[in-house]
Amino acid sequence: MQQEASRLVVIGGSWGGIQASLSILSALPADYSIPIVLVLHRLRTTEGSLQEIFSTRLALTALEVEEKEPLLSGHVYIAPSNYHVLLETDHTLSLDDSELENYSRPSIDVTFTSAADVYGAGTIGILLSGASSDGSSGLNYIFEKQGEAIVQAPEEAEVSTMPLAAIAKTPGCRVMNLAQIQAYLLSVHDH
Amino acid sequence: MKLENEAHFEQDVETLIEEIKQQYGYDFSGYSRASVYRRIKRFLSQKHLNSLEQLRGHLFSDSFFFENFLQEITVNVTEMFRDPSFFLSLRQNVLPILSTYPFIKVWDAGCSTGEELFSLAILLQEEGLLGRTKIYATDINQKVLKQAKTGIFSATNMPAYTAAYYAAGGKKEFASYYTSNYGSVKFDSALVKNVVVYPHNLATDSSFNEFHLIVCRNVLIYFNRVLQERVYSLFDESLVSLGYLALGKKETLAMAGISNRYTAVDKSNRVYRKTN
Repeated sequence: MQQEASRLVVIGGSWGGIQASLSILSALPADYSIPIVLVLHRLRTTEGSLQEIFSTRLALTALEVEEKEPLLSGHVYIAPSNYHVLLETDHTLSLDDSELENYSRPSIDVTFTSAADVYGAGTIGILLSGASSDGSSGLNYIFEKQGEAIVQAPEEAEVSTMPLAAIAKTPGCRVMNLAQIQAYLLSVHDH
Repeated sequence: MKLENEAHFEQDVETLIEEIKQQYGYDFSGYSRASVYRRIKRFLSQKHLNSLEQLRGHLFSDSFFFENFLQEITVNVTEMFRDPSFFLSLRQNVLPILSTYPFIKVWDAGCSTGEELFSLAILLQEEGLLGRTKIYATDINQKVLKQAKTGIFSATNMPAYTAAYYAAGGKKEFASYYTSNYGSVKFDSALVKNVVVYPHNLATDSSFNEFHLIVCRNVLIYFNRVLQERVYSLFDESLVSLGYLALGKKETLAMAGISNRYTAVDKSNRVYRKTN
């Protein structure tokens, strides 16, 4: 596995986000060329990890983020409960237990913003189903940095609050259903 | 908010870190940059400043402003009995062994506003060890240290803390440890009778005593690997043989140079013992 230094996929979701992200990611091959960071809201008191759920269902390697870990292709890095995830300029991941953002830790805005600071136009941000407005500022920031800002079609999302908030904030974003998001991610994969 | 000179932001932060070191002696060069950038941008926005140049002007002409900056740049977010399973593990796996010592010394490194300190004291009290334990509570930040021993916390958090206390194996009525008053609570000061608080900077200061247990949770995540190595060596020098080191839930000794001398007592709760 090698590091792809120029692009990153960041996915955020809340209510309904686990199912939606599983559905997208299950279509990707084990050697998918772009590293993926996944931020899903969960109860803060949850000590269990999503790693198991994802590893059994994906060809990709799913790991809960360990701090200062280098990002590798073929991997999905899942934000742990109760920490924000930040991207370092040397393409490693950092954890942060500072204040909640949008009542959330991990916060999607925090990771999206940090990703766009490091990857700029190479950032592919995808915001899925959720009952929160977290993620819309971060997605807007990705858009302003010329990255891809993709939002799950509200009519398809289990809870449309999050997609609708993002579309309102960034009217120029790309609205796609899960099948289209899958196809898009496969189209940018380097074989 | 749009920053001026955003293109040079990262470079300008490096200059600022160097200047802070020269003028105030605080060395942030080993701090994880993603967090530093985020904290600085957050601080600029709070203070309605739109460039690092403006920030420099205030920082180097006003030491009170610098104190405030220091407090905001370092993360002081904390809670009582954070990760109850960790405190339960301390209670079950570590304190019974520590109880064999006639006198116990504990270092709470990065104690922030004291929530962790009081959690530790309550645990030691319930296991019958508080009377012969001395806790050294340190932090880089003088302002939070002033709060650390007061045991005054917002009442808003008490339902969550109470649940965490019981999940951590709490043996008493949690409310028996504090009195409530106008939206805040004050914990029994007898809990911290044997506690000394003082400033210590993990990035630059050296070992100052030998401990049976060092607790340093969610501090190392803010450091780069080089500074982490320094701190691990510092802890290693400061631990008695067979002493315990407790880290945050997402911090690990696995990559550290000292790791071959340590055994994981509870891997998932990141509790280690110096066995070599």
